[in-house]
Amino acid sequence: MSKRQIELEVMRYDPEKDEAPWFQNYEVPCEEDWAILDAINYVKENIDTTLSYRWSCHMMVCGSCGMMVNGEPSLTCKTFIRDLPDKVRIEPLENFPIERDLVVVLDNVMEKLQTAQPYIIRKDPPPSDDKEYTQSRAALYKFKQYTMCINCMCCYAACPQYGLDQSFIGPAALALAHRYNLDSRDQGKAQRLDILADHDGVWDCSFVGACSEVCPKSVDPAAAIQQMKIEGAKEFWKQKLSGGKS
Amino acid sequence: MSRQPYIRPMSKTTWYMRNGRYKVYMLREMTCLLVGFYSFLVIFGLAALSSAERWNAFLASQQNAAMIAFHGFALIYFLIYQTFAWFELAPKAMPLQIGEKKLSDSYIVIAHYIVWAVLSAFIFWLAGVF
Ligand code: SF4
Ligand code: SF4
Ligand code: FES
Repeated sequence: MSKRQIELEVMRYDPEKDEAPWFQNYEVPCEEDWAILDAINYVKENIDTTLSYRWSCHMMVCGSCGMMVNGEPSLTCKTFIRDLPDKVRIEPLENFPIERDLVVVLDNVMEKLQTAQPYIIRKDPPPSDDKEYTQSRAALYKFKQYTMCINCMCCYAACPQYGLDQSFIGPAALALAHRYNLDSRDQGKAQRLDILADHDGVWDCSFVGACSEVCPKSVDPAAAIQQMKIEGAKEFWKQKLSGGKS
Repeated sequence: MSRQPYIRPMSKTTWYMRNGRYKVYMLREMTCLLVGFYSFLVIFGLAALSSAERWNAFLASQQNAAMIAFHGFALIYFLIYQTFAWFELAPKAMPLQIGEKKLSDSYIVIAHYIVWAVLSAFIFWLAGVF
């Protein structure tokens, strides 16, 4: 197979030495069928062992290889050389602090995922006779798309609202909450919406839609958020009309 | 090993210049200026209904090249572009699943256009256009 010479322009940052990030260029002889992650691995193995970045599965499952590729939040194992020009700029995911080189600090979104209460909440007691909760296929398909998220955080890197205000719960966590709200076995919707339809929740999203466009797993967090806005508004009026707390 | 994460600043005033996607979003959101302007126009028009004289003056104020150009621009930018953009997004906010199958987005979009056409026809009828 013929090789193609690609110039990688990689953002570097060493917290012990650098005041600010800078760019380093590498000439990489790429195979035609390589993903951009292969080119980065080539640099690490053959040119510069000091380069730091995250990856694991190389098959769009682990969600750890998200980076900016020519300004677009991308899974680098799913972004192919053949679709890119001869010069490719690689940066750590935008909207996140840089730990080192291409590695970002994810602590903030890890907390956000917990606010979504991503587990089945029951008010009624479970079936007593050791039976499992059954669920029809139709009921599963209502939320299946939202279970595909691999927490790659590309959506957070694309979201301008998160970039401007890091207290916004953000696309993946809200999509995750929506996944449980739609689950026929769950009874925690009102409890979740109390938090997620409040400050920093769904109403902070201005429906830019960028999150859905970059999502490598077609989760469509923007859709989840708009649906939650409608649910949140319904829940608000339900509580108002029943004389409960607003 | 000391941790010293580097935070890349995001400009509060020029962030939407960062990429084409944000610019398109801003174009969509800026239609709110036209909505605001039109609201004022309608309020002025309603106020002018108080006398034939004022109403004629209001009509006259709309009948010059600049106003006609503005109405034309507003029609294309606001009505056509805005409607198109929002109808495209509508299936996201209200997906429909029938049995195990999700209804194709295009049905929902088309339904919106039909309702729009019917309502517009009704308003034209009210206004005595036909
Ligand atoms: S919603 Fe999509 S882009 Fe966001 S974390 Fe999940 S898989 Fe990644
Ligand atoms: S649709 Fe909402 S969550 Fe998604 S990128 Fe836009 S503002 Fe962010
Ligand atoms: S390396 Fe696991 S998703 Fe890319």
